[in-house]
Amino acid sequence: MRLKSEKWLNILLVSPSIIAVLIFVYGFILWSVRVSLSQWKGLMPDYTWAGLQNYRDLFNDPRFHIDIRNTIIFTTLFVGGCLVIGIFLAILLDQGLRGETFFRNLFLFPMAISFIVTGVVWRWLMNPALGGRISGFNLLFDSLGLDFLINRWYTVPNWGMAAIALPAIWQMSGYTMALYLGGLRAIPESLREAARMDGANEWQIYTNIIFPLLRPITLSALIILGHISLKVFDLIVAVAGKQLPLDVPAIYMWQTTFDGNFYGRGAAIGILLLLSVAILVVPYIRYTTRTETEQ
Amino acid sequence: MRSYKFILLTIVLMLVLAACGGRSSQKDQVEVFSWWTGGGEAAGLDAMIEVFKAEYPDIEFVNAAVAGGAGTNARAVLAGRLQANNPPDSWQGHAGQELIGTYVAANQLEPLNFLYEEEGWLAVMPPTLIPLMSEGGNIYSVPVNIHRANVLWYNPSVLTANGISVPTTLSEWYAAMDTLKANGMEAPLALGEQWTAMHLFETVLLASLGTNAYNGLWDGSTSWSSPQVTTALQDFQKLLTYTNSDASALSWQDAAQLVINGDAAFNVMGDWAEGFFREIGSVPMQGYGWAPTPGTGGNFQFLSDSFVLPRNAPHRDAAIAWLKVAGSKAGQDAFNPVKGSIPARNDADRSLYGEYLLSAMNDWASNTVVGSLTHGVVANDSWKSEIDTALGLFLNNGNIAAFQAALAAACSASGPCQ
Repeated sequence: MRLKSEKWLNILLVSPSIIAVLIFVYGFILWSVRVSLSQWKGLMPDYTWAGLQNYRDLFNDPRFHIDIRNTIIFTTLFVGGCLVIGIFLAILLDQGLRGETFFRNLFLFPMAISFIVTGVVWRWLMNPALGGRISGFNLLFDSLGLDFLINRWYTVPNWGMAAIALPAIWQMSGYTMALYLGGLRAIPESLREAARMDGANEWQIYTNIIFPLLRPITLSALIILGHISLKVFDLIVAVAGKQLPLDVPAIYMWQTTFDGNFYGRGAAIGILLLLSVAILVVPYIRYTTRTETEQ
Repeated sequence: MRSYKFILLTIVLMLVLAACGGRSSQKDQVEVFSWWTGGGEAAGLDAMIEVFKAEYPDIEFVNAAVAGGAGTNARAVLAGRLQANNPPDSWQGHAGQELIGTYVAANQLEPLNFLYEEEGWLAVMPPTLIPLMSEGGNIYSVPVNIHRANVLWYNPSVLTANGISVPTTLSEWYAAMDTLKANGMEAPLALGEQWTAMHLFETVLLASLGTNAYNGLWDGSTSWSSPQVTTALQDFQKLLTYTNSDASALSWQDAAQLVINGDAAFNVMGDWAEGFFREIGSVPMQGYGWAPTPGTGGNFQFLSDSFVLPRNAPHRDAAIAWLKVAGSKAGQDAFNPVKGSIPARNDADRSLYGEYLLSAMNDWASNTVVGSLTHGVVANDSWKSEIDTALGLFLNNGNIAAFQAALAAACSASGPCQ
């Protein structure tokens, strides 16, 4: 009797969040799909069927091509940069040096800041003005005599997006380090000792034992960083405002929907974003649930 | 069992408390929605609210202002409220197609011709202004202030030092900037982020095409594919060669500051820049001078903040009371000196305004009034956002043919061109 009533109580207590998720997540996804297949342009809803026209238009839209290119540049540099710097810092900290806690917190700290704050600060640091109005990093390079490093940052034609990846890497590589450090600590010392007994040098231990064992961590990091990078919006707006050379799908979606009243097109961009994130995340969820049930 | 009852009781209590949160005030009120949350704009709104309170002490004024970049956030919030059929009693919008193309097209606004007749506003506003705020003979908003878009700001001492007089045509302007470049000024024309490029673009269209052909762009009688437009685009491209390389990293204030500092000689910006110049302590005709953008003399390219009457305003009478204040001499003379703009009415108290604003008032009364693109007068939101994308691509790749094709396509898809 007691067990049964508790079971009902549990369901009762969970039901509000289940209902909320059904309506506000899945219901709205379905609604967005419907809007993306409509001709809705203008303030008031218009659900006239348009088929895949909005999607076809996007794939012929030169602005959307820039968005895809920018997303690829940003994602590659941001995820790659975080993984390389993250694992490097983690290995350094794993050597058991003094002041490890201090450095661990130091590297992790940027993560406590929001992308907006990071963006505003880096906007000052990456000031692209040259000549008499030089400032930020460029001024630093100038006074250190490192003139060859002076550049136009996010205003470099075609490759400005690479500069936007720098603050993102700065912010998230400490977090990646924490993930890897957890993974390194979970590898039993006995494995390394056994390898040493077999005559492996330190490099071979890392490439043949440590890195393969860290693969699940790399996968997690890839997913977490990857979906942040596909959805990036606030960092770009804080550093450079809304301008076409640094356009990404999320900014296009906002501008076309709320500045231009192209609701159908905006919804289509949203659904494409969702799909691109899903392609990344769904295999990971399947992988983790499978390994969890195996365990 | 005991905890079970306790939890149920808590849930019931929470529901009861939530239900008590509704509004209970019955006093007549007017909810006015705007994006005036800071600086001279908010101060101007407050001054106008004081006038309203003095005239209508029984109506409570609810200031529903939403902060954020030139109204982008406010407009997204407003769209949500209108789609949920929960409009404010009145809201701020740029007079012209920005209001007409979005809200009149969605059948959200009441025509205000009756108010214009009752209050005699047609007699005190320029006749060339009224058609730009109307659709099908109906006027849809009450302009509170007028800003001018086609203003060339220059640094008088830089011009004197280089022996240059203020240019009045595009070719004089090119010659002046060639001289400045030859004398070692890297970028004589200061430019900021992308929307300031669109602002420059609209003044060049007006200068290169002339008044009639410029107006024709927006009603479909001038073809965007015509050779005249190609020439205008070439003029725009030539002007861009005189601008600073870090334009996309500068706000309009940063760009205007370059003129004051003498890093640049010219800047094209709306006359809100004058308020900024005063704020940083610069003196008119010493630190900065002004003229119509070269080639646009005799034209007043305007933009205006205006208020509307929604079809289903919750407090219609109070909303009309607010609009009467917004269009009155007292209301406009309270708002504009603080905001740094001129009244839409030409019977204002001239003693309240400074040197620049007085010259703008003279031009407002005598010039031909044409509308601004960047600030919502001549093109609806969809059309403007397509032009903005085309312009952004052009700034990126410099391809005039592709730019012109995209402009023609934008006019067909979202403008009057069929």
